[in-house]
Amino acid sequence: MEPLLSVAGLTKRYGGRLACDGIGFTLDPGEVLAVVGESGSGKSTLLSLIAGEVAADAGSVAYRMRDGATRDLDTLSLVERRALMRTDWGFVRQDATQGLRMAVSAGGNVGERLMGVGDRHYGRIRATALDWLARVEIAADRIDDPPTRFSGGMRQRLQIARNLVTAPRLVLMDEPTSGLDVSVQARLLDMIRGLVAELGLAVIIVTHDLAVARLLSHRVLVMRAGRVIETGLTDQVLDDPQAAYTQLLVSSVLAA
Amino acid sequence: MNPPNPAVARATVTVSAGAGYNFAYLDEGTKRMIRRAILKAIAIPGYQVPFAAREMPMPYGWGTGGVQVTAAILGAADVLKVIDQGADDTTNAVSIRRFFTATAGIATTTRTAEATVIQTRHRIPEAPLAEGQVLVYQVPIPEPLRFLEPRETETRQLHALAEYGLMHVKLYEDIARHGHIATTYAYPVEVAGRYVMDPSPTPKFDNPKMDDCPALQLFGAGREKRIYAIPPYTRVRSLDFEDHPFRVQRFDRPCALCGAEDVYLDEVVLDDAGGRMFVCSDTDHCETRLGETRLAETRLADGHTGEAA
Repeated sequence: MEPLLSVAGLTKRYGGRLACDGIGFTLDPGEVLAVVGESGSGKSTLLSLIAGEVAADAGSVAYRMRDGATRDLDTLSLVERRALMRTDWGFVRQDATQGLRMAVSAGGNVGERLMGVGDRHYGRIRATALDWLARVEIAADRIDDPPTRFSGGMRQRLQIARNLVTAPRLVLMDEPTSGLDVSVQARLLDMIRGLVAELGLAVIIVTHDLAVARLLSHRVLVMRAGRVIETGLTDQVLDDPQAAYTQLLVSSVLAA
Repeated sequence: MNPPNPAVARATVTVSAGAGYNFAYLDEGTKRMIRRAILKAIAIPGYQVPFAAREMPMPYGWGTGGVQVTAAILGAADVLKVIDQGADDTTNAVSIRRFFTATAGIATTTRTAEATVIQTRHRIPEAPLAEGQVLVYQVPIPEPLRFLEPRETETRQLHALAEYGLMHVKLYEDIARHGHIATTYAYPVEVAGRYVMDPSPTPKFDNPKMDDCPALQLFGAGREKRIYAIPPYTRVRSLDFEDHPFRVQRFDRPCALCGAEDVYLDEVVLDDAGGRMFVCSDTDHCETRLGETRLAETRLADGHTGEAA
């Protein structure tokens, strides 16, 4: 099977410092890849490079479009690229205030992508929004509340609904559970796992929490100082880490 | 070599008597810069053209953008009308009319039909506009997406790519909150099937008048330094949803003075006991109608049957 996403030799420097150094991997449809590593290891930069929000110094990102043709994202026009991001991709941010319109109601947040692709029927947009709010366990009577009145966990769930409403095939997630307390984390992870399985999403999830990687991902990429130092199946990497740094990372997890 | 002809000399130095200003206040270089922006704006209907707005001898918010556009297009033969919320007799309108009388020495009028240039703050006259007339709008905030997307770089990109889904998010919010599209002024329009434009804070009652209008419509935003335009006979469509179509507000009574229906009315408070009346917001329209009524009554009383005395 041809991969959905192929990343090759992605490199980004901030001045003299290397944020990402020649990173390459492939991602199959429906596959969940966790990128783990400590703060400053280049995880979030990698995600921004893939999403095209930061220009890479070298390397390429190729994506298999809905029509089956694999295109280098650099060759897409701005219009195509933005349309792709709005429909076939999702980006769930660590800070929900960056991923949501805080002054717009929950329904408007979910409906924005639909209106962005040309839906002009209020009743339909609202029905779809209600459906998605239910799927991310937000009560229907909160549809007209702005996310400023939502808790941290609800905001993340709303962000997920907002991204999934156009049925994307690839979702990038940047630390979606950080800053939430553990019981809320557990519920959110459970929900993400359910949606990923149900919709057959391909996901790249950046996390410093190995438990999140263990729970959600099929494969793990361990990063340190901008380089991939180990990669493999999740159980394999977490249960039998080969690189010294991965061993340190795995042994640093506190058991409750 | 003839001695210089005093008449010719007067004609070339276009300084109005005693004022010490160039014709219509602005220097010729500035007027040329503004005219270029206007031409570009006409060529790309609804597109906001940046221009180097000057300081004007009035505060921002009083129509500095509109005044600069008017100054750039005025000729000595033009007849200027200025309205503020439909009225010819409010401070803003009177001041701007006097400003151009003093600096350009041109004729002014309150009659919509007689004017060649009409500068307006937040209304379109009720009387239909004709070919050859120019309507100049004073615009406070030209960017229709401003309150949804604070980044100028991003709004420009949205315009460039015609990504206007966000504009519908605003209308969605209206319906979600009020059950209908509650935006009553500055109602966003799509111009010539391309650019989404803020028609300045005119009531949405006036939106249909912009569509296929024979007059040229120019918009000037002084503080924000933008000029945009709707050329004559251009399609202007108010945004809406399929199941919540665009509608203008209706009034359940006619004007208390002239009895006009299907016009935009202002509420006038009469006393402190709750007394109020609704009258035409367009004072010229109201007065013209009242004049016609009086004329008809006089003729009736004098036994005339329509022939001029």
